Amino acid sequence: MVVEVRLFATFRENRFKKQEMDFPEGASLDNLLDQLKIPKEQIGILLINGRTATLDQKLTANDIVSIFPAIGGG
Amino acid sequence: MAGYCGNILRINLTTGNITKESLDPNLAKKFVGGRGLGTYFLTQEIDPAIDAFDAANKLIVVTGPLTGSQAPTGGRYMVVTKSPLSGTVACSNSGGFWGAELKRAGYDMIIVEGKSEKPCYLSINDDQVEIKDAQKYWGKLISETTDLLLKEAPDPKARVLTIGPAGEKLSRIACIINDKYRAAGRSGVGAVMGSKNLKAIVARGTGKLEPADPNTAKTVLKEIMEKIRAHDVTGKGLPAYGTSVLVNVINESGVYPTNNFQKSHFETADKTSGETLAEKYLVKNVACFRCPIACGRRSSLDGVEAEGPEYETIWAYGADCGVDDLPAIIRANNWCNEYGLDTISAGATIACAMELYEKGLIKPDEIDGPPLKFGSGEAIVEWSRKMGASEGFGEKLALGSYRLAESYGVPELSMSVKKLEMPAYDPRGIQGHGLQYATSNRGGCHVRGYMISPEILGIPEKLDPLSIDGKAVWVKAFQDLTAVIDSLGLCLFTSFAIGADDYKDMFNAIVGEQWTTEKMLEAGERIYNLERMFNLKAGVKPEQDKLPKRLLEDPIPEGPSKGHVHRLPELLPQYYKERGWDQTGIPTAARLTQLALA
Repeated sequence: MVVEVRLFATFRENRFKKQEMDFPEGASLDNLLDQLKIPKEQIGILLINGRTATLDQKLTANDIVSIFPAIGGG
Repeated sequence: MAGYCGNILRINLTTGNITKESLDPNLAKKFVGGRGLGTYFLTQEIDPAIDAFDAANKLIVVTGPLTGSQAPTGGRYMVVTKSPLSGTVACSNSGGFWGAELKRAGYDMIIVEGKSEKPCYLSINDDQVEIKDAQKYWGKLISETTDLLLKEAPDPKARVLTIGPAGEKLSRIACIINDKYRAAGRSGVGAVMGSKNLKAIVARGTGKLEPADPNTAKTVLKEIMEKIRAHDVTGKGLPAYGTSVLVNVINESGVYPTNNFQKSHFETADKTSGETLAEKYLVKNVACFRCPIACGRRSSLDGVEAEGPEYETIWAYGADCGVDDLPAIIRANNWCNEYGLDTISAGATIACAMELYEKGLIKPDEIDGPPLKFGSGEAIVEWSRKMGASEGFGEKLALGSYRLAESYGVPELSMSVKKLEMPAYDPRGIQGHGLQYATSNRGGCHVRGYMISPEILGIPEKLDPLSIDGKAVWVKAFQDLTAVIDSLGLCLFTSFAIGADDYKDMFNAIVGEQWTTEKMLEAGERIYNLERMFNLKAGVKPEQDKLPKRLLEDPIPEGPSKGHVHRLPELLPQYYKERGWDQTGIPTAARLTQLALA
């Protein structure tokens, strides 16, 4: 199954902005982060299709996954 | 009287009288300082019902007890007056270095009264205070005015606070700018200064400000400085990308208002993000007085270096106008900084004009500039200039979006609360933040209780933005704490890394008190209620605790927050109850007595 992964801020360094990635059925966000080598303690905001997601959440085909480090502003 | 200078500078521009008065230390502490103390004096000294441009309105420029201290970010001052935009109490807050300079000159606050016959400016050089002629500066842009006044100042280390042509021409969305790029932006405070024929205040101070308990202060401030440096937001994200690091997260969350809040997701937002700004235009970071965060951006475009744009500006001129042309946004921002316009209200007013134009309400033959079409980079740049100069149709835009939309019979198309344009977050997808917009004492404002922090960013804990459960409690707590932070003279961004106990510890060490956190927060609640009482006396009724009809009736059409409206009718009664106000939104006598306001 293919999902779209979007990275932001420092997570883009040596990775990418946006990419389609293929995962086996039943894969979770945890698996996706392992594959990208993003340390979980650095994650501030994790969204699937714009809604807050948890690490054990299963991916489904065509999901949009957005990953941010801890950020703020305003 | 550590923390406070104990001095008020009173300037009467009608008579030319300059007097120095003592500040009662107990009164100062009761209202903390800054926003709280300024509102107290405004409430005592003017009739809240007067017109904001009446010479009887006063312009209070006030610091907090931590302004000019060793506390991290302790450089802030506030401008408190009656707003010509909203008719509410105005309190606009700015960083840079000017506030600390005024404090070092020996003054907690300046109360400006009356109206000068001719353009003038105020020169403060420690004990020497003079009202000087400013006729040769009238009409000049912010950067030139600042440079010229610095040349004329007795000490080149002086700091300049000034208005631009927008304030002189009484634009109700005019701001006050200090140190060339730092703005007391909102509520039209620059126009009140202009109405008094006061162009600038130049300040230089050489005094030292010692904390009450230097040893404790050293320990406490070092710990807090370390917390701010170590936090991912204040130590990494904001220094690396500035405030506009928010563009993508707010857009990805589906709460990024687009085309005057007709949509809540902007497909090409990343072209205007903090990441893109850093990659293409950033020269260096800029810090305010004693700030370890340095979120300010020095950017360069076409060989011109300037500061900004900030997140809210990028949104107002970007997504809200449907524009993904970052250079155009930078140019529009530069015009606002030169003419002295609030970038949020200016961008949002152009967005409103674009909707009026596309709906056929503003006719092409009415306007003397580029077509007001969503997506036009040319339009945002040129209309900002014309708005700043009050030139042609720009004069109408300079009144702000509410008066513009009202003049076409459609005030509901102004995306504002109490006539102040709402910033960059769609309340339909963030219920707590929407409640905070509706109840903020200065109208549509994000920095009176930044609910984005828990609802989107997960700080200090993650709340479901679509849920209304417990949101009234959170909004009240955030509003009260924010009133404390503002009044102390600190930057709100510290609150990403530190909490109420830390603010209390800094206050105690510097002022020499033994306050509990509860007492500190009670002071915040007192300030909030004092502002509310000013507004009620000014005729701003609880019926104005509302959001534009679009946000209550039209569901978000697409994106992650699709299908949602704001649930204000359910939230407002909960909020009034939480505040101890009656069902109609009036503070009860019992609560006012409890807060020592009766």
